[in-house]
Amino acid sequence: MNTLLQVRELTTRFHTPEGTVFAVNGVSFDLGEGETLAVVGESGCGKSVTMLSIMGLIPKPPGEIPKGEALYIKRDLLKLSDAEMQHIRGKEIAMIFQDPMTSLNPVLSIGRQITESLRTHLGIDQKAANQRAVELLEQVGISEAARRLADFPHQFSGGMRQRVMIAMALACVPNLLIADEPTTALDVTIQAQIIELVIQLREQLGMAMIWITHDLGVVAGLAERVTVMYAGYIVEEASVDDLYDDPRHPYTLALLAALPRVDLRRERRLKSIPGAPPSLLVEPKGCPFAPRCEYVREICRKENPVLTPVAARHKIACWVDINSGDLR
Amino acid sequence: MESTTAAPGSVARLFPDELETPPLSLRQLTWRRFKRHKMAIFGMISLILLGFYSFGGMLLFSEADANFVDTKLILQAPTAKHFFGTDTIGRDILARTIYGGQISIIIGLTAMLVETIIGVVIGALAGYYGGLIDSLLMRFTETVLTIPQIFLLLVMAKYFGGSIPEFELFGRTFSGSVIVIILIIGFTSWPYLARIVRAEFLSLKENEFILAAKAIGTPTSQIIFRHILPNSAAPIIVSATLGVANAITLEAYISFLGLGVRPPTPTWGNMLERAYNYIESAYWLWLFPGLLIALIVLSINFVGDGLRDALDPRSRAI
Amino acid sequence: MTRYIIRRLLQAIPLLFFISLILFTLMQSMGDPLASMGGRRVTRSSDRERLARQLGLDKPIIIQYVYWLVGNDWTRADLDGDGLAETPGTRRGILRGDFGTSLVNRGKPVTQVIWDRLPNTLLLMLTAEVVIILGALVIGIYSALRQYSLVDNVVTSISFVLYSMPVFFFALGMMYIFAVNFKRWGLPYLPTVGMFDPQVGKTPSQVALHMVLPVVTLSFGFFAAYSRYIRGTMLEVMSQDYIRTAKSKGLAQREIIYIHALKNAALPIVTVVGLDLPFLLGGAIVTEGIFAWPGMGRLFLDHVDKGDTPVVMGIVMMIAVAVVLFQIITDITYAWLDPRIRYD
Repeated sequence: MNTLLQVRELTTRFHTPEGTVFAVNGVSFDLGEGETLAVVGESGCGKSVTMLSIMGLIPKPPGEIPKGEALYIKRDLLKLSDAEMQHIRGKEIAMIFQDPMTSLNPVLSIGRQITESLRTHLGIDQKAANQRAVELLEQVGISEAARRLADFPHQFSGGMRQRVMIAMALACVPNLLIADEPTTALDVTIQAQIIELVIQLREQLGMAMIWITHDLGVVAGLAERVTVMYAGYIVEEASVDDLYDDPRHPYTLALLAALPRVDLRRERRLKSIPGAPPSLLVEPKGCPFAPRCEYVREICRKENPVLTPVAARHKIACWVDINSGDLR
Repeated sequence: MESTTAAPGSVARLFPDELETPPLSLRQLTWRRFKRHKMAIFGMISLILLGFYSFGGMLLFSEADANFVDTKLILQAPTAKHFFGTDTIGRDILARTIYGGQISIIIGLTAMLVETIIGVVIGALAGYYGGLIDSLLMRFTETVLTIPQIFLLLVMAKYFGGSIPEFELFGRTFSGSVIVIILIIGFTSWPYLARIVRAEFLSLKENEFILAAKAIGTPTSQIIFRHILPNSAAPIIVSATLGVANAITLEAYISFLGLGVRPPTPTWGNMLERAYNYIESAYWLWLFPGLLIALIVLSINFVGDGLRDALDPRSRAI
Repeated sequence: MTRYIIRRLLQAIPLLFFISLILFTLMQSMGDPLASMGGRRVTRSSDRERLARQLGLDKPIIIQYVYWLVGNDWTRADLDGDGLAETPGTRRGILRGDFGTSLVNRGKPVTQVIWDRLPNTLLLMLTAEVVIILGALVIGIYSALRQYSLVDNVVTSISFVLYSMPVFFFALGMMYIFAVNFKRWGLPYLPTVGMFDPQVGKTPSQVALHMVLPVVTLSFGFFAAYSRYIRGTMLEVMSQDYIRTAKSKGLAQREIIYIHALKNAALPIVTVVGLDLPFLLGGAIVTEGIFAWPGMGRLFLDHVDKGDTPVVMGIVMMIAVAVVLFQIITDITYAWLDPRIRYD
């Protein structure tokens, strides 16, 4: 499999009146063509900011990307000008967002919002673009597509709006689709529908996907590999099977343990992770998870562990081997 | 790399727990606050100085000086003796601006009082009782709002202008038109405040502490005046402050158009009356009173803006 | 949408009714119409009685209101003042466009007097409105895009000063600089009086030249305020999620600003324009007074000065109705422009 995206040491910071926010601290990962990667973590762990940084959607004051590279087919996206990025966004890399109500422009028809990327990137005329838009809407499961082209976002339900977003994103058949928690704001039943739709489209179009979520339950049927993020760092990276069967990082362990399970004994209490995520305003020293970790050692508080392999295609950033209890 | 045009507010949403204000650089935010603060301070100082000028000036010039007619000195340009020059019948303009300022300021303050009382009462009643009372009062409010204030003022000034006779206060004679002007400005300016107060009452009366007060039998008047009203003080204070500026401007307008305060009482406004006839020949006729009016209105606006910022930090009007 | 229009129109009716009541009450308390009738002082009491009967002033106030509203040509009036109502009246009432006759311009119907001057005011106001909106859009968008830059800060400060400044001071200042001093310095200068130079005639270029100072005076305050407003709405809109989506689709910056953002940011301006009409009219009075522009505002000033009640009240009444109608129009326009309301 060819590598589509190579991110190395991506670091993003924000300068605010309250201080500097260390949002993303040296994130590295690879993504192959057609591969689906899930990025999992709590709110505020930096998953969205990482992707927005790659897309060049971080406002430069107050944001800053002092370090890192994001190689997309040999070009470093972080070094491209805004004008150059415009050719990539929407055409080669597309993104969908969490809240379909606020992510669609309320005063423009959805037909317009779909056809504008077609016209901008593919240069086709309005009539052809409209036809293509109708096809896209049908593909995502919107009935009476031709009539609904002239409708406005408020005339659609939440799930349908998300489908429209997906149609918009896939209009130019991008190589990579980044999905930033697209189902979090939706009903559980609608969630399942949307995920099924995305899987179906992936089979048809073959694009790679980065799926951001805080819900480990969603990951299972969807992704091939998973990275777990915490406080702006990647703490574990593995295949989906490995992650669920053989988690190696204490944080991943805790996340899995916190999942409500139907199949276990009813009286068991939901296990939450004690403590709170660290403030991003503090320059990280030592492992960020140390204050809440069951397996914490001296060295954890002093030095931040680097992401290293622990098995084939399975990396963790931890000083401790949780199976044996010893230092690695 | 080119800065994208997303405003900082979008970044704030990425970190809802960390940040509450839109992230600007520290330098930018401080400069903004300081500047705002500085403007308000400048306004306050300026107002105090103007107050001293108008009321303290009495110590330097008597009222007789202001009204002293010396026909030999008609329309003289500023000199050492007559610092601001003389007007069309030979009166010293500097002295007149001092005494005129007193009247203008008093008109501003008193008219504001009238409009605030009416506006608060109507707004409170409409907001508190709701229903038919609210509908009627709001129709009435809308009516006064719809008719442009200047038209109403001019009509009323013309027809009621002379209806109150001259009166004496503190040993000085004032034209009755001063009272008329105060009243008509107050009677036409209250709708804005009434609407604001009504909105405050509508939202505040749903609060639980009001329910609690009612449950222990607090009389309605107390609920209105002791419980709800103090909580809606902020917009009332801001509105009242800006209302003074508005009243001073309106008095100046109608006096400028010839229907305002009648002689012998000077105001900054009526000193400007027909001044545009002399725009080529005697700039000092309009420059000084005009400048003073502009200055006091500007200062009040600065202070009002600062007050709004201080009392309602959520409002991000820049 | 149609329901909305009908609802708005129906809402206006009680308002108009209230306005007519208030204005009628105002009229009643404004001086003694008998005293200025015919320009002569009416002293003999029998004459006064006769006049009172002729003018219908002896009737109860409710009846007077009704006659004022719908006229009395459908009933008998006492036109010769002898105490017997034997002839049909001649008034048609406000609702049918009869505002009486001017006291100053003997016998000329009020509507005609106003009509002669109305177009001049409309010319001034429409031009000013266009200048205001276009100018505010330009400055507002620029300020929003260059937030906190030097230009933005300068514009902010100047705007603040401008909309705090009383209109006449600005006007006098403008006159002094551009008319008086330019003339003195030998530069081409702007005229300050009237609509055209009587020696040259009423040509478009003359009118345009004479319009410059009045339009600038009328618009500067609103221009300053509206550009602040647009700046605010643009900033708010630019931080919305759908702008982020538009960027993520790789659309050109111009398209994002002028279509995605502006369509949302400019919408509230429609409502603001409607609400500000009373102020624009007020500004027109002062401006027409200063520059001797022969419009309705000037007419109002002249006739108030001379105590011509029918013309004065006619103007106020017409203006109030115009404001109500205009506000309905702007509300409907807003509803039509915003798809969330139009397609409900």
